[in-house]
Amino acid sequence: MQTYTAPLRDMRFALNELHQDDGFGHLKAHEEFGPELMDAVLEEAARLCQQVLLPINRSGDEEGCHFEQGPDGTSVRTPEGFREAYRQFAEGGWTSLVAPAEWGGQGLPEALGKMVEEMVCATNVSFSLYPGLTSGALAALTAYASDELKQTWLPKMVSGQWSGSMCLTEAHCGTDLGMLRTKAVPAGNGGYKLTGAKIFISAGEHDLTENIVHLVLARLPDAPKGVKGISLFLVPKFLLDDDGNPATRNGVWCTAIEHKTGIKASATCAMQFEDAMGWLVGEPNRGLEAMFTMMNAERVGVGIQGLGIGEAAYQSAVWYAKDRIQGRSLAGAKYPDREADPIIVHPDVRRMLMTMRAYNEGCRGVSAWISRALDAEKHAEDAETREKAADFVALMTPVVKALFTDLGFESASLAVQVYGGHGYIRESGVEQYLRDARISMIYEGTNGIQALDLVGRKMSAHMGRYLRGFFHPVSNFIEANAGDEQLAPFIAGLKRAFEALQGSTSMIAQRGLKDPEEAGAAATDYLRQLGLTAMAYCFAKSVKVAMTQLSQGSDEAEFYGAKIHTARFFFDRILPQTASCYLAIKAGKGSMMALDDAAF
Amino acid sequence: MKVLVGVKRVIDYNVRPRVKADGSGVDLANVKMSMNPFDEIAVEEAVRLKEKGVASEIVVVSVGPAKAVDTLRTALAMGADRGILVQTDEPVEPLAVAKLFHAIAQEEAPGLVILGKQAIDDDSNQTGQMLAALWGRGQGTFASAVAIEGDAVTVTREVDGGLETLKLSLPAVVTTDLRLNEPRFASLPNIMKARSKPVATKAPADFGVDITPRLKTLSVAEPAPRKAGVKVESVDALVEKLKELGVA
Repeated sequence: MQTYTAPLRDMRFALNELHQDDGFGHLKAHEEFGPELMDAVLEEAARLCQQVLLPINRSGDEEGCHFEQGPDGTSVRTPEGFREAYRQFAEGGWTSLVAPAEWGGQGLPEALGKMVEEMVCATNVSFSLYPGLTSGALAALTAYASDELKQTWLPKMVSGQWSGSMCLTEAHCGTDLGMLRTKAVPAGNGGYKLTGAKIFISAGEHDLTENIVHLVLARLPDAPKGVKGISLFLVPKFLLDDDGNPATRNGVWCTAIEHKTGIKASATCAMQFEDAMGWLVGEPNRGLEAMFTMMNAERVGVGIQGLGIGEAAYQSAVWYAKDRIQGRSLAGAKYPDREADPIIVHPDVRRMLMTMRAYNEGCRGVSAWISRALDAEKHAEDAETREKAADFVALMTPVVKALFTDLGFESASLAVQVYGGHGYIRESGVEQYLRDARISMIYEGTNGIQALDLVGRKMSAHMGRYLRGFFHPVSNFIEANAGDEQLAPFIAGLKRAFEALQGSTSMIAQRGLKDPEEAGAAATDYLRQLGLTAMAYCFAKSVKVAMTQLSQGSDEAEFYGAKIHTARFFFDRILPQTASCYLAIKAGKGSMMALDDAAF
Repeated sequence: MKVLVGVKRVIDYNVRPRVKADGSGVDLANVKMSMNPFDEIAVEEAVRLKEKGVASEIVVVSVGPAKAVDTLRTALAMGADRGILVQTDEPVEPLAVAKLFHAIAQEEAPGLVILGKQAIDDDSNQTGQMLAALWGRGQGTFASAVAIEGDAVTVTREVDGGLETLKLSLPAVVTTDLRLNEPRFASLPNIMKARSKPVATKAPADFGVDITPRLKTLSVAEPAPRKAGVKVESVDALVEKLKELGVA
């Protein structure tokens, strides 16, 4: 059974207790948002997600989206309940949470926004894509669009009345955008006419909003070849009348929707542009840069999808493990008054539940950390902190995207395993998590591409400056707590993992310089090694906070005690994976590249 | 017309309450607390009256600990205009609360007082009735529909035998039942605005009310676990059983 109660206590822990000393400081811009307000926002978001989005998660999966002619030239109908849910979501102001106040947003911290996103993804990841794509488009428009475009389009996107989409992929080009063919020619009125076809466009067409603002990559007539000849355009579904209301249907059409493994309630559209009116966003031929602004914001968001699904899968598995009675505990009956013991008594079931739990809490710690950097990048008062934060975001974005989605999928798979045969049956609800989670490892740049981004771009950038933004806090923490007896096992584990990570880093740096294929062969293991070490660091810090609280006689002994146990499990059972990552990296590309292509 | 609404901070309806080991009461340490669900319905009804232009101001009142201000903020986020917290860490009983509401009603002179029919912590179901008696005004309890017509309110009540409709002269006391409405989610902008809405903090003594408990709790225990039922073969056997149990 799909069940979810927002983990508000752990969210508050990650928000308010874990990262106060991370060097990103106290942001003046967010001073007015005290913990009471954050609590009130989290609680109401939780209610909305649990009561509105969760009930239409499974029905949306069963029904899927419909490709059919609707009123106003709409050609995609979302599943039953989605329109009403979106209306409540937008009218409640949830689309505007982190958007800047000057465009009608609430200007709340990203750190809070990411927690709310986690809840939305946990309860209905298909739904999350509609407002999610809008916020990516908002990020690009805010950063690159002219004031006129901003004034025309932003307010209604912030309010959720209009939504956004990102039109990048074409049938023959996904990862390699340099090959794209969609054309834009000047229309003479300051605008452009776009012609071409795009595929895999999430939220490209739907019946939730009265207008859709597509951000489209295309080539100008005189554009150089490759990625240096790509420009970004704003192409609305409806052109506006003089009062700024949607009036004339533009030449952009959804020609089909995909039949997918998961996220079936999210419309994945093939889009046709036929002399569609558009406006240039940013400079000509600099579209890739603008697109990466959008893409980076989306990548963190996709990571959060992995975390959200991981949490939902965990809670649904816990529910079943307590409910399902089968056999007896190996240590003798633990529930002698019942016909059999619930399966939660079994070590192997515990292994699965604890793994999911440790993944989720660890990822939430890392997510809160990068979110604080996202806020500091925008709002810190001194340039140095802003740069430090931007470096950290750049480094951790591929890690969050790939690690969280890999672990989210693993959690979903474990949840199915906890349910046994029943988990493989649709009615149980957990196999949906498995299907829904799968795409997050692919879209917005496959996890392989994320790993290449990490070792190819982020590791070497500015002589390793990005990497130091992660290494320094970890080594400082190890040093500062070296004498702490209680913390000793955690510091020892973190130190071991950290030294192995440094070892992998220098191996890749040395070999990769001579042979880029060596870096490519190491990338995926390196990303996981770095990600697990980041989780270990967050857990060690959590333990320190928890031990301090307990020694001060906190009345939340249960919460802090569980935090320490979960951290212990992580250090005992999950962190050792970093050693195998190290060994795999050390082995190099040899065996991976040895066979001739023809031998496959 | 001013509307006065009572909101109580209670153990969240999703939480499974645990009895303290010494049997002295329910363990509230680190338990999630929320607004009493019947009070949410009361706030919603008041907000709807305001949206219809019938109510001009909504004042929400809570009697309880300092944390009850969160409950008031929730009501303010739903659309109430200002709050009054009568702060006390003592356990509060219906009569004391009714006296406090009576004193506040005299100060605020509302056209209508809306309360939840009962709070889900102690299920007393007494405050509204006591307030009406102390105040000398009419009462429409267990309301499933409320309509203001001029200087009167028509209240449809859910009673054992079905529905009963009463017409009360204003001001009056109405207590809400579950089916009166479905409370809204607070919108994000309204949650933000609620922070700056005024909340006055008072003490019971400010209203000259002595809230010393008059009831004594002897012990609190969990209900005995339900025994398994039996299947009967026929209707006759069923009737026989019911007679045996003295319920038919």
